[in-house]
Parts: sequence; structure tokens; C-alpha cells
Amino acid sequence: MEIFQIVIIGIIVMIILTILRETSPEIAVVLSLTTGIIIFLIMIPKLSSVIEVLNILAKKSGIDNVYFTTTLKIIGIAYITEFGSQLCIDANEKSLASKIELAGKIMIIFLSIPIIIALMETIVSIMP
Amino acid sequence: MNIDIIFKIAAIGIIVTVLNQVLIHSGREEQAMMVTLAGIVVVLMMVMNMISNLFNAIKTIFQLY
Repeated sequence: MEIFQIVIIGIIVMIILTILRETSPEIAVVLSLTTGIIIFLIMIPKLSSVIEVLNILAKKSGIDNVYFTTTLKIIGIAYITEFGSQLCIDANEKSLASKIELAGKIMIIFLSIPIIIALMETIVSIMP
Repeated sequence: MNIDIIFKIAAIGIIVTVLNQVLIHSGREEQAMMVTLAGIVVVLMMVMNMISNLFNAIKTIFQLY
């Protein structure tokens, strides 16, 4: 099971980070970034198979492909924004973290504009 | 995925810290700072490739082009 691998990696890195955090915080930040990348890279095969199944289900149910792709993009933006902002919070840069989060929210709203417009058009066409 | 790079970074961090302390105690603050900077640059060069890999993977999985 990969979960044991990931938990053990996390524990080892936690021990190393407690040593490094006091003496050289700049390398501790890079180490935690690397660990985050490695954990995500371990999870990629499972994640891609899950998304493959979701894609097949969306095609079978006849939903417009644009909506599924937009949802996927929003999930991706949310993940990468969270990754960056948590890294900034770890390095005691809270203001930069909140700016990254603001940019992520704006990007999500920008991507969801077509869906909002489609929803509004549906509502308008239903109204007498 | 090999996790050797974690131990490499930890070792670089510990070595840089030790060198930093030695240089500061022998009264060479400037060289201590240069050692810290060199350590950061080396670690960043090692990690840069992985960051690019991560971003490419996220782009392909979530179809963010």
C-alpha cells in the first residue's frame, strides 16, 4: 500500500524538518516543498485513473464536455493554489499567501463565467 | 519515485549549518553568508526539475492548458 509509504515519508521529513527549522529555515522550506511534490507524484497514477473513470461517466450521462473540463480545471487551480499558499504560510509570509489565494479565487470565477451565463440563460428561458 | 532527494537536501542543510557556525565563530560573517547562499542555490537547482515535473503533471491531469 502506498499510504504507508507516504506516512513514513511524512514522519521522516517531519523529524528532519524539526532539526533544520531552527538552524537553517531557508533549506527547510525547500525540503517541505520537495516532500509535497514527491507525495503528489506518488499519487498521480491513482488520481489519473479516478479522473479517467469520471470522464467516462460524464460522457455516458451525456453532459456537455465543457462543464466537466471546467470542473476539472477548477479542482486543479484549487489544488495548486493551496500548495503555493501553504508553502508561503510555512515560510511566515502570510500576506503573500493570501494574495496567491486571491489570485486563485479570481481565476476560478473567470473559469466559471460560461457556466454562470448558461445557468442565467436557462433561468431566463424558463421564466414566462 | 525515489526519495533520495529528501535525504540529499537534509544533508546539504546540515552541512551548510555546520559550515555557517564554524565560519561565524571564526569571525568571517561574509563568507558564512556566501556559504548559505551557495547551499540555497544548489538545493534550488536540484528541486527546480521536480517543480517543473509537478506543474506539467498537474497541467496534463486537470487539463489546464
